[in-house]
Amino acid sequence: MTQATVAARAAQTDERTTAVITGLGVVAPNGLGAEKYWAATLRGESGIRSLAPRGMSGYPMRLAGQVTSFVAEDHIPSRLMPQTDRVTRLALAAAELALDDAELRPGELPEYSMGVVTSNASGGFEFTHREIQKLWTKGPQTVSVYESFAWFYAVNTGQISIRHGMRGPSGVLVAEQAGGLDALGHARRAIRRGTPHIVTGGVESSLDPWGWVSHIASGRLSKESVPELAYRPFDHGADGYVPGEGGAILILEDAEAAARRGAAKVYGELAGYAATFDPRPGSGRPPGLEQAIRKALADAGTPPEEIDVVFADAAGIPCLDRDEATAITAVFGPHGVPVTAPKALTGRLYAGSGPLDVVCALLSIRDGVIPPVPNVGTVPAAYQIDLVRGAEPRTAPVRTALVLARGKGGFNAAVVLRKHRKEEK
Amino acid sequence: MTLDDLRRIMVACAGEDEHVDLGGDIMDEHFADLGYDSLAMMETAAKIENEFGVRIPDEKVAELTTPRALLDFVSHVTVS
Amino acid sequence: MDRRTVITGMGVLAPGGAGTKDFFELLSSGRTATRRISFFDPSPFRSQVAAECDFDPAAAGLTHRETRRMDRATQLAVVAGRQAVADSGLETDELDPHRVAVSVGTAVGATTSLEREYLVLSDSGRDWFVDPGYASPHLFDYFVPSAIAAEIAWLISAEGPAAIVSSGCTSGLDSVGYAHQLIKEGTADVVLTGATDAPISPIAVACFDAIKATTPRNDDAEHASRPFDLTRNGFVLGEGAAMLVLEEYEHARRRGARIIAEINGYATRCNAYHMTGLKPDGREMAEAITAALAEARMDGRAVDYINAHGSGTKQNDRHETAAFKRALGDHAYRTPVSSIKSMIGHSLGAIGSIEIVACALAIENDLVPPTANLHERDPECDLDYVPIEARDQRVDTVLSVGSGFGGFQSAMLLSRLGNGS
Repeated sequence: MTQATVAARAAQTDERTTAVITGLGVVAPNGLGAEKYWAATLRGESGIRSLAPRGMSGYPMRLAGQVTSFVAEDHIPSRLMPQTDRVTRLALAAAELALDDAELRPGELPEYSMGVVTSNASGGFEFTHREIQKLWTKGPQTVSVYESFAWFYAVNTGQISIRHGMRGPSGVLVAEQAGGLDALGHARRAIRRGTPHIVTGGVESSLDPWGWVSHIASGRLSKESVPELAYRPFDHGADGYVPGEGGAILILEDAEAAARRGAAKVYGELAGYAATFDPRPGSGRPPGLEQAIRKALADAGTPPEEIDVVFADAAGIPCLDRDEATAITAVFGPHGVPVTAPKALTGRLYAGSGPLDVVCALLSIRDGVIPPVPNVGTVPAAYQIDLVRGAEPRTAPVRTALVLARGKGGFNAAVVLRKHRKEEK
Repeated sequence: MTLDDLRRIMVACAGEDEHVDLGGDIMDEHFADLGYDSLAMMETAAKIENEFGVRIPDEKVAELTTPRALLDFVSHVTVS
Repeated sequence: MDRRTVITGMGVLAPGGAGTKDFFELLSSGRTATRRISFFDPSPFRSQVAAECDFDPAAAGLTHRETRRMDRATQLAVVAGRQAVADSGLETDELDPHRVAVSVGTAVGATTSLEREYLVLSDSGRDWFVDPGYASPHLFDYFVPSAIAAEIAWLISAEGPAAIVSSGCTSGLDSVGYAHQLIKEGTADVVLTGATDAPISPIAVACFDAIKATTPRNDDAEHASRPFDLTRNGFVLGEGAAMLVLEEYEHARRRGARIIAEINGYATRCNAYHMTGLKPDGREMAEAITAALAEARMDGRAVDYINAHGSGTKQNDRHETAAFKRALGDHAYRTPVSSIKSMIGHSLGAIGSIEIVACALAIENDLVPPTANLHERDPECDLDYVPIEARDQRVDTVLSVGSGFGGFQSAMLLSRLGNGS
């Protein structure tokens, strides 16, 4: 495609363009790589453990989902190490895994035909923690030249774009935990505006002491110290969540372009997306999650009865769990659809969680299994949801899945994934 | 400051390009050919300033394009 | 048939110009609002100059609680947002909240509050293991900047999509571009959009010092920002916010709204080259301009004025001069180009939206804002940069561009209603 035709295509939006996911890159606390993560998730293996540094031993909460198996040097060129925070190293590794999985070689594509859209909620926080300490203890002349970009929220998109020579439309969105799904929605928009291949998703990491204390300050963390009990969304005894690091980067492509290049795998279609915002607290109006679900279903042209599983936002905070259960039952009826929350094994990854749940949804579609939430005991009867509990995954044909995410402040996002129609024939 | 000091500082400040052998005879190689861009040189210069107590003026950083030139400059200002 | 995006309300808090009236007065006079940093003692820093807003939260109508809860960037955005909604004449309780969306650009979010809280938590930097006992209850909302978008959504009772757009120094253009896309695709009828940044804090000053991106012209702070001038040596850090009410054209027309300008096209590209460096050829910015023109179904010759990124760094001003020529050909030589950063500095993520307001004012008032402090043009920057004095001329169509760390290059076209396609 020449520059002129790329530009000309960008002039028109084609709402009928189907966007498909053709590559998965996962960096999760319970597994590096999509298949390892998926196997761990089905086995109910958790990546939640206590933060190791002795200096944090006095902190009131210490449980976090940690990507302990990640050795940055194995994934990141030496030249990039001094200029990147851990979050960017994780994001670069995830992007590389996704590109490899898709067998997509950006260098062989026409220029401007590939972009990067990511979400991130807290930037390169450990990096900036080190630099701000240097600033205030050793002076401005000791601050790294890399601080100017290693911190900001755009760093992952920028570094991925540079590393792989992707010069098409790119972007960065922040909406706390909802932002990862917003990135996917925006990636599909870029495809519909004429850019056939987009690297998209979200990765997070801010578990240094300052970052960690900022997590604690949300007032939403579980006070439980036993890892298995600390994050039990929808459980009777839920008392908060566990934050984590990691996430997922996906390759999203125009289905026709993917077919033309002979993409080896098509995990599914990004069939629907919608985002809403909750009314101002105290307004008396209902929260916006139900609207987000209904709009995403409408966008996908999917009636509720076609949804085979819901990957819940699963805040782990009783009032938010109840609100989510209410939204789900309002659309699907009481116990009307299996609901699961594999993030109970990773912690909440902010921008990382939505894309990681999308990976789960796509692999559920592929394998016909729904991963369980292992540590939930009793779900309040009033929730009226069919939460997939216990040690075993549930075997069920999955053709269409719904993924939900909510961000602190009132952000809601919903994504519908569907088995690719071509695959079904 | 020796070439080994410079190697150590450069690796700490900007890593090593996988296609370059920093252990070889690099005295007269251009930093750009060794895989170091202007940002890497700024970080390196700042580290040298802090570690060796020398001052490398902004405009000088861009002019010192080889290890030899950089080492000569540092030894010159340290002696004088 | 095609949904069109129009601007029906604007609010701005820029250095030297709070509110569109004062801001326009500043632009037309060519005064500069750069000065020695007053927020903290800048003497240990290489660059000691900034463009600061004289902003009093209480006088601007914020309550004590709002002031405590919100970072300065949020405060600026909320005050600008209130101005924009008032300017639009929208009755927010008459809108369908599900059709109202929000997008806010910011490059560095709540940096100022984070640094302030850090000093408390760490005992002025002494402790790596910061003390959670000193954490502010608002710390998390500084930590994750989407809290800014929430505040903006509340002020217009939006229940459609809301998000922060954070693509570094193009955030302010990309945020409005995002809003434009929401309207165009039919997701929203009204979007309160714009951008904010309040980065004049020691850590931000220090990080730009380190890469020598900001000017060290400390002895002449008022004339420190010199885009396209031969003597330019870096940008001047600024702060501010601008918010705009974007509306779908028919929605605006039905309620008889004053339509300030139309957004005709928007595009963004990445240079995939370097996190901070620019290639001198300006290719990717030119491509963004070409793509924006294509969306607008406009010929480059329609452009009456180019609002440049014009940061005043050596590499930027050459880069975009090349981009304008590459995208517009000979027409680039006939088109006035100016950088308002010469007057109000570079407020990172905010500036793109502030510049869109400036472009809309240029159209509304048929006036091209000048490039202040431009006395001796860099021979490598050989276009008409409207030095020193504003120019009265017909302005129907404006191109605004932005360029930022990470390699982002964005372009937007605005026009007087009826002058687009």
